[in-house]
Amino acid sequence: MEVTIPAENNGTSWNGGNNNPLGASYGKMMMWFFILSDALTFSGFLGAYGFMRFKFHDSWPIADEVFTHFPFLHGVHAPMYYVAIMTFILIFSSVTMVLAVDAGHQMNKKKVTFYMLLTIVGGAIFLGSQAWEWKNFINGTYGAVKLNDGKIIQFVDASGEQITLESFVKSQHSGRTQLDRSKGVWFMKEAELPPFTLNEVVESFKANPAISIRTELINSETKTKTIIPHNQALGFLNEAKTVVKGANLRENEYGKTLFANFFFFITGFHGFHVLSGVIINTIVFFNVIVGTYERRGHYEMVEKVGLYWHFVDLVWVFVFTFFYLV
Amino acid sequence: MTHAQEHTSHTKLIWKVFAILSVITIAEVALGITKPAALHLTKFLGTSPLNIIFLVLTLVKAYYITWFFMHMADEKKSLRRAVVWTALFLIIYLATLLLIEGSYINDVLGPLTKWNY
Repeated sequence: MEVTIPAENNGTSWNGGNNNPLGASYGKMMMWFFILSDALTFSGFLGAYGFMRFKFHDSWPIADEVFTHFPFLHGVHAPMYYVAIMTFILIFSSVTMVLAVDAGHQMNKKKVTFYMLLTIVGGAIFLGSQAWEWKNFINGTYGAVKLNDGKIIQFVDASGEQITLESFVKSQHSGRTQLDRSKGVWFMKEAELPPFTLNEVVESFKANPAISIRTELINSETKTKTIIPHNQALGFLNEAKTVVKGANLRENEYGKTLFANFFFFITGFHGFHVLSGVIINTIVFFNVIVGTYERRGHYEMVEKVGLYWHFVDLVWVFVFTFFYLV
Repeated sequence: MTHAQEHTSHTKLIWKVFAILSVITIAEVALGITKPAALHLTKFLGTSPLNIIFLVLTLVKAYYITWFFMHMADEKKSLRRAVVWTALFLIIYLATLLLIEGSYINDVLGPLTKWNY
């Protein structure tokens, strides 16, 4: 059997002939099926998150109380605004991407270059914003106390607003210093100590009758965390184990550790997609500049990387809904 | 898609879709910040009406991104269905089972969780 292969196929068809199953070029169709499988991966993660949320739906952290920071506004309670801006940045970089694809259809190299550059810049800004969001989450806002069974106790003032440990705890300067490499044998070090010892927190709480505590339990009528009056709070504090500041994979001052685990894993996995998108966009950007696609006669590569980039935006739309809104 | 269409610019449509996505996002954020009690504290279909609104708005956004930014509208029906129907079916299947099981565990575990000390 003899097979004839045309000299020029430019990678737009499957085998050099004119066969295009599903009416799409090989690369574009495979990009669609990769996106499909990646979408299912993200669905698995978000589904697992949903499972845990339903399992603990009466005690899950309330997102509005977790992500409250905004650049240059210290101590201002600003839920959602920052992540809304991040969402806009990503949607806008999607717009510039689709404008680049559009310019590619018209073989307009200058415009493709410009819009690709804007897309890369948008992606980089998004990554930086994500890093800032992580930093705030890791450093924490108020500080809390973890009980022996892992539950989190937060401190509130008379009006029910959450207060920081610094605002009421008096340091007794009895805590030990942190062991690090400069103080001991070179291989000896320990995790960062909380800002106050448990004893200092409990003593300061007893001395200050105006403040009380709140548990993770959500009142289903008001959808707020349950506040325990000061005189009943000592029963909880007798069970206290450690002071928690910030969030990591082992503890989370805002509530369930699982919330931190899922947040780091899912936004981290998404952020990794953004990072790889920025890298691939950069490669394609330089290919546009040196004229690779101009010589090839079409800008399909821009379209394919555009599909991936839009998918990253699409995933963020869902992450935004399930972590910040619902 | 014919050859002639490929060369016409769709910039107008792109900006229109961007406007729609922006308006939806702003509406979501405004609702998320104000959380009107009538939507937030009432129950509808097993959750609050606010959550249903968020879900619907998210799916509308996903539709616009897929159809107009990813140009799914221009693909052949066969490719569109191979991708979209597969995803929709598997995701709905997975989510339904996981959420039912999650709330079942909550029903069993919830009363056993200690909240007073």
